[in-house]
Amino acid sequence: MLYREAGDFKTTYASDQQTFPIKSERALFWLFMAAAFLIVPFLINDYWNKAVLMPLLIYCMAALGLNILVGYCGQVSLGTGGFMAVGAYAAYKLMTAFPWMDQFSVTILAGFVTAGVGILFGLPSLRIKGFYLAVATLAAQFFLVWMFNKFAWFYNYSASGQITAPERTIFGYAVTGPSSLPWATYLFGLTLLFVFGWIARNLTRGRLGRSWMAIRDMDIAAEIIGVSPLKAKLSAFAVSSFYIGMAGAMFFANYLGAAEVGEAFGIDKSFLVLFMVIIGGLGSILGSFLGAAFLVLLPVLLKNLMVDQLGWVTDLAAHVQIMLVGGLIVFFLIVEPHGLAQLWRLTKEKLRLWPFPY
Amino acid sequence: MNPAILNFIEIFMNGLMAGIMYSLVALGFVLIFKASGIFNFAQGVMALFAALTLVGFMTGQVPFAHLINAIFGTEVHTWGAGMPALLAILLTMVVMIALAWLIERYVLKHLVNQEPIILFMATIGLAYFLEGFGDLMWGSDVKTLDVGLPSGGSFWWEDVTREWAAAGSQYYGMYIDLLDVSATIIAIVLVTALTLFSQYTATGRALRAVADDHQAAMSVGISLRRIWVIVWSISGFVALVAGIMWGSKSGVQFSLSLIALKALPVLILGGFTSIPGAIIGGLIIGVGEKLAEAYVGPLVGGAIENWFAYVVALAFLLVRPQGLFGDKIIERI
Repeated sequence: MLYREAGDFKTTYASDQQTFPIKSERALFWLFMAAAFLIVPFLINDYWNKAVLMPLLIYCMAALGLNILVGYCGQVSLGTGGFMAVGAYAAYKLMTAFPWMDQFSVTILAGFVTAGVGILFGLPSLRIKGFYLAVATLAAQFFLVWMFNKFAWFYNYSASGQITAPERTIFGYAVTGPSSLPWATYLFGLTLLFVFGWIARNLTRGRLGRSWMAIRDMDIAAEIIGVSPLKAKLSAFAVSSFYIGMAGAMFFANYLGAAEVGEAFGIDKSFLVLFMVIIGGLGSILGSFLGAAFLVLLPVLLKNLMVDQLGWVTDLAAHVQIMLVGGLIVFFLIVEPHGLAQLWRLTKEKLRLWPFPY
Repeated sequence: MNPAILNFIEIFMNGLMAGIMYSLVALGFVLIFKASGIFNFAQGVMALFAALTLVGFMTGQVPFAHLINAIFGTEVHTWGAGMPALLAILLTMVVMIALAWLIERYVLKHLVNQEPIILFMATIGLAYFLEGFGDLMWGSDVKTLDVGLPSGGSFWWEDVTREWAAAGSQYYGMYIDLLDVSATIIAIVLVTALTLFSQYTATGRALRAVADDHQAAMSVGISLRRIWVIVWSISGFVALVAGIMWGSKSGVQFSLSLIALKALPVLILGGFTSIPGAIIGGLIIGVGEKLAEAYVGPLVGGAIENWFAYVVALAFLLVRPQGLFGDKIIERI
């Protein structure tokens, strides 16, 4: 009833090829967006912003980036934390060096800086793949964190070794710094995610995205039909790092406010984002969002349940949580290697026929 | 002799010892990779889990004490009596075998014929699960582990080496940790035993057959699932040994599981499929790391030990992707 193709006639290629080809799905998407843009900002308070919505937006962005690399191009990366750190430090240097710059430009430029670094660390992918590449990206992770710790120029010679975000405004509303407004930071993150999610979706089904998928599915065959592995792999690293860098910049500037590299961008971040991509679904834009939502909301939910409801100690709850996350990953890989996105696809298939299946 | 040379020798030797410790972890990876083609990321956490279990048995902790206390509001922590080290080690081994069986039964069985990268990710999930499970079972506080191995510096060696230095030079002898020496001896025994086992026993031969060719091994009547349980048990045993050594050295704590990450460059250097490779790779990484820290580190601000191994591995990969002793993969990218 809700989800019908019948009567939804397509008369142009453009309407046939659109992201949401079914009318009700399109309506659902725009309703959701309208709620996110127009209703949530009025209801938001500091707790919701800091505990749920900002991490959600940031990790959606990071998962989107990693999914482009791992899911679409098939290059496993464990360097996400390091690349997020690059984004954060680039944002910090830009914010302090050019105080007049608005935060959108800062975040996007930080993304470009990270893309450059990503290309550099993507170079080994031209010769190696699989686990070997994962180890190579681990080198990036550890080297970058070490570098930001060791060279004081990166943190402007501050005594604590931390970077602290100064206040920056968009249209006169503070989005970073201690007096930032919850709704403003939320809308800032949401706008970026919306725009770049849109771009990612269209990149992945265009020429570039198809070349990535060709490389992922079989690199030799791809090369034979004329896909250049060099261009495909390095562009995947660049685009992926661009998104991850923006996520890192937002994580530092809009969410944390002050960060210490080893603590904020350690190897655990790399794994967390990788898990989001796996649970959400490799090679799916929607999957990136679902995976991020799942792993951001699950800890909040579990913490509420175990610490606030049952009155357990925090570290006990943390252990149960880590165990559950690990168990769920194994579970998802066994039951549905294509993740939550595939479950959604199956649900849609069922919905098409509901309530009268054949 | 010149103290500078003696210093070099000391760093070199300590590097070798550190390398042995890496090799112990890398060995577990190689065993599983050879037999099932799975890159077992959980090896480090298995070492942590084994060490936690061992300490728990030795001190007589009640498993899941925190959880039980949280749910039932009781105040249980210990049984009141521990057990001797040897018995505890045996019991821990039983636990590791049970773990291997459970992993085969509930994880691997369902993932047969999946892509290697899916299996790799499954072991990452397994690593997280085990980490949480181990902490939940035994608590996450840093524990000391003492199974009676000698530890501390060797005074004898200090005296001997002091004699070597030129008269009048301010040289006080070399420092060498007795624990590292015992680790070396244990590693040698372990590798010899594993080699003999895989050469001369029926099970060992079956293991090698499976490593060579799954299909062919199955067609001559080798049960793949039984072999996997055995392999995971053996690498559980290796994890236990590694856990004991690392646990005695730096205490049983979460950072123990991170040595798995350090084993990766070792494997790349030595090759994923070679037991001697794991040892040699470990030695090279250990020595390289210590020498780099001592001679290159001061130039760039120190603490390069964290990433040096990975960069060495990366450089090595570009030249020889199959490692020093690994099977050559004939494939062009």
